[in-house]
Amino acid sequence: MAIDKVWVLAEAGDTPAPITLELLTEARQVASTVEAVSWGTGTATQAPTLGEYGATKVYDVGDLGGALPGAPVAGAIAALVQAGEGPDALLVPATYDGRDVAGRLSARLDRPVLTNVVGLTAEGGLATQHAVFGGTHIVTARFVGEGPGIYVVRAKSFAAEPAGGPAPEVVTAGVPDLGATGEARITARHEEERSGPKLDEAAVVVSGGRGLGSAENYALIEELAKLLHGAAGASRAIVDAGWVPYSHQVGQTGKTVKPTVYLACGISGATQHLVGMKGAKNIVAVNKDQDAPIFSVADLGIVGDVHKVLPALIEALKARG
Amino acid sequence: MAMNVVVCVKQIPDPAAPSSLDPGTKTLNRSGKLILDDSDSYGVEMALQLAGNVEGSEVTLVSMAPGGEVSGLRTALAMGAARAILVSDDSLAGSDALSTAKVLAAAIRRAEPDLVIAATESTDGYTGTLPVQVAELLGLPSVTFAKSVATDGRNLKVERQTEAGYDEVECPLPAVVTVTAGVVEPRYPSFKGIMAAKSKPVETLTVSDLGLDASQVGWAGARQEITDVSEAEARSAGEVVVDEGDGAERIVAFLEQVKVV
Repeated sequence: MAIDKVWVLAEAGDTPAPITLELLTEARQVASTVEAVSWGTGTATQAPTLGEYGATKVYDVGDLGGALPGAPVAGAIAALVQAGEGPDALLVPATYDGRDVAGRLSARLDRPVLTNVVGLTAEGGLATQHAVFGGTHIVTARFVGEGPGIYVVRAKSFAAEPAGGPAPEVVTAGVPDLGATGEARITARHEEERSGPKLDEAAVVVSGGRGLGSAENYALIEELAKLLHGAAGASRAIVDAGWVPYSHQVGQTGKTVKPTVYLACGISGATQHLVGMKGAKNIVAVNKDQDAPIFSVADLGIVGDVHKVLPALIEALKARG
Repeated sequence: MAMNVVVCVKQIPDPAAPSSLDPGTKTLNRSGKLILDDSDSYGVEMALQLAGNVEGSEVTLVSMAPGGEVSGLRTALAMGAARAILVSDDSLAGSDALSTAKVLAAAIRRAEPDLVIAATESTDGYTGTLPVQVAELLGLPSVTFAKSVATDGRNLKVERQTEAGYDEVECPLPAVVTVTAGVVEPRYPSFKGIMAAKSKPVETLTVSDLGLDASQVGWAGARQEITDVSEAEARSAGEVVVDEGDGAERIVAFLEQVKVV
């Protein structure tokens, strides 16, 4: 039994984020009506694609005038819900802004949130699946009590597929008075230069861990990633140690990746890490400890010293041109 | 302007020890000894640094834990926090994130904070919504995923992680900030700090002390339930070989086989 109406929170931008399309595709499977909510100046531009993936209506919160999105977008959604226009469920991407919106909305509407959702089933209401203990177990959960349910979904949980829908109607959603909660403002934006693909979209991900020995050796990971036209990732241990920024982190408290090849270098494979990468099609691991848990999920495991194997691998790839 | 800086800290089962689910409640087993969540050590350090920059400022820890657990709080007090508020009450077992946020918000309000700092998410539950829920309940602005934080006691300047890079964000105090791991280097408690921590005040409160209704928290107030736990499909292990100088070659051959090179 499907539920009636699902809203998908669509990240701002002129084109939809990949996770927006993943969520719309899944929303079509569990609900008879799919609508989207977005903000920023690009909503009308991305609306036709949202329609193609199943949204029949798009609520546009509009330009936020530099405010951080969490409070105003949650405020706008709460106002629609309180006016009786709300959905039965709201699917929110597990992104920086998405999590802010979900948290704010939860407190504003006094509804709990289910986060880190990796699967949804609609049998007598929505049930959610969550990967725990490094993905070795799946927990199924559901809300009890009054809706709408707020679900924060991890990237790559569903494959995006268009449904060929027409361009949706775009309607303006107003932001209520937010008081002090809306006072955080963006004063400048910085884009980090990135030569290769995004970490969560790359076909090849090369990640480094504590076994690299020092922050300087992360350069090996970056060079390998570049040679393989992939992205450079990291275990939590070296992010915690300050070797690389949080944006590189793969795992439970970082990004979920599903590349064609995942190359884990000097990573032991703590459950924290495994949950973020074990969906990769192929896994190659290099670690000097042959009992490292990473080898239990690797298609090819090399028990060896990353300081020897990686430079040799870089040379071999360079020699191929 | 002197600041009251509050840090939300969680005391969790040692992540290095194997975790398990309680077979009855299907929630994480938290019956053993609890320690300070590593993720929170960055928030504590950030708070100490910010408080240190503005004379007369003080750091207060706020935590919710079963059984009057204080061992993780003692670690953070030894780092330099001045005092702690612990909410411990049998009726809190089974609380969902929103109920927990209500409890913490009520406890934080008592500390009259100028700045509230939390980790982006805990290591054990990693729900990742609690700090923003607390901010909304307190009617405060929030800046999440901070890479750097500066304040003069009136305003906050934050570099916030984004998908593309980072944003510079400004916000008046009081406010809630969440910090990612690795942004500062948490200090190790000194011997002197450890000794001093033993006599620092820890105020222990119950749900009714906070003016909350026990039916709104814990199992009684939870509006989500776990209906099933099952084993995921296991990924079968492949070939594991010891590097005899041919490790790189084997990897290249594998990459060729899967048509990546």
